Amino acid sequence: MRFLMTMNGGGPQADEQLYADMAAFVQELTSAGVLLATGGLAMEGTHVTAAGGRATFTDGPYAEAKETIVSFALIDVRSKEEAVELSRRFWALVKDGEGDLRQVYGPE
Amino acid sequence: MTPERDPARAAVEAVWRLESARIVAALARLVRDVGLAEELAQDALVAALTEWPERGLPPNPAGWLMTTAKHRAIDRLRRDDRLAANVAELGRAAEADRRAHGQADFDAVLDSDAIPDDVLRLIFVACHPALPAESRVALTLRVLGGLTTAEIARAFVVAEPTAAQRIVRAKRILADRRIPFAIPPPAERPARLSSVLEVVYLIFNEGYTATAGDDWLRPELTHEALRLGRMLAELAPDEPEVHGLVALMEIQASRNAARTGPDGEPVPLLEQNRGRWDPLLIRRGYAALLRAERPGRPVGPYVLQAAIAACHARARRAADTDWATIAALYATLHRLTPTPVVELNRAVAVAMAEGPRPALAIVDAVAGHPALRGYHLLPAVRGDLLARLGRHAEARAEFARAAALTRNRAERDTLLRRAAP
Repeated sequence: MRFLMTMNGGGPQADEQLYADMAAFVQELTSAGVLLATGGLAMEGTHVTAAGGRATFTDGPYAEAKETIVSFALIDVRSKEEAVELSRRFWALVKDGEGDLRQVYGPE
Repeated sequence: MTPERDPARAAVEAVWRLESARIVAALARLVRDVGLAEELAQDALVAALTEWPERGLPPNPAGWLMTTAKHRAIDRLRRDDRLAANVAELGRAAEADRRAHGQADFDAVLDSDAIPDDVLRLIFVACHPALPAESRVALTLRVLGGLTTAEIARAFVVAEPTAAQRIVRAKRILADRRIPFAIPPPAERPARLSSVLEVVYLIFNEGYTATAGDDWLRPELTHEALRLGRMLAELAPDEPEVHGLVALMEIQASRNAARTGPDGEPVPLLEQNRGRWDPLLIRRGYAALLRAERPGRPVGPYVLQAAIAACHARARRAADTDWATIAALYATLHRLTPTPVVELNRAVAVAMAEGPRPALAIVDAVAGHPALRGYHLLPAVRGDLLARLGRHAEARAEFARAAALTRNRAERDTLLRRAAP
């Protein structure tokens, strides 16, 4: 099963150590065949609202960084508990912040 | 997964399944015996199952398991009076490896960057050709996938004692034949690697084709094999066939959602809704195929099969399939692995590229082959070709034969429908 691990903005600035640790973590997940995709998201974006089939676009930075996803990892695991364990390892490196762990439905 | 699982236990098992390969591999280097390493690692798991639900998860669960397992190993070696000998041996090995000197200490051994190599050694040993195929598969799932004996039994639809026996037998042969915990020397490497790939693909196919039973654990094998393959590709990046196998599995797995209809009946490749193919896995498959390219090195059978799968993946509609290329790839594959099954597949491609008549000639040329006796796809393909030639009575007889031979209920239903007048 697939899970999308996301991290919200507003966390501490990443330092060199975190970059190195994160690179090692990503390598470990890749080697284990777990990591399917990962990426970071720009803080600027376009917000879309639709009403009656009509979309309205609003450019601009998001007001609440803490509620905005800034990075994600799509992982392929055997159980929710495995996803939780991998998330635990991720946050042990990042230390402070918040994010979500959501199962991904879809072609499988 | 079973819904009523104990959450604490499930957490322990999750860590275990993520870590067991590394733990068993590291221990095997210490104790020089995969069977013993696996037992000691199991002891650590039992300890975790006892302690964690009571005291809560330790801050570093993976580290806890590894340290506990390491202590069990040291205790065991001490008891057997083999500690000093093994430390000396490890020291010598470390010296030889890195041309560095110094005392190899257990912590360094276990925390070192050497674990990936240990995992690769473990794969080679678990898939050793001296072991019967079913023992290789069971041991691989056990030590590299972290599956329990009960899970292996369910996945292969055998009784639990049968699965246990396969593992016991594997361990006994490894011990009796003194098979070293080592990456095979260059001369043996191609043959040993092909045994590894065979085991991984066998596991994949067991899940993919699900020839009997309908337990959820069976499709799970597909997933397990994919993970093993991806792991292997990182550990042995210079082997084109490893990437070929990964590419093949990724692309085949990309069709999972489209392969069965609402009632579980199989949907043939050409009738599948390609919109349900998983583009992420297809892309991973292409990437693996690119990594397999080694100018100047001969193309192996997995790379060829992956190239065929990629041809299908590239076609947006079934009608866009480049059948001439596929037929040519099958012809090349047949030169490398001259089996009647490959010819049968070539016949299907030729039928699409050139029509049923030349295809039927290929099928009839291999039909008498003993390897195809009892193989349901032979009458199924032949029936299909006959139907396209308008020889409907003969076609129905072939579909009836195919239905009698397949073990998959859904497939049988489909064939019986075609066999009906």
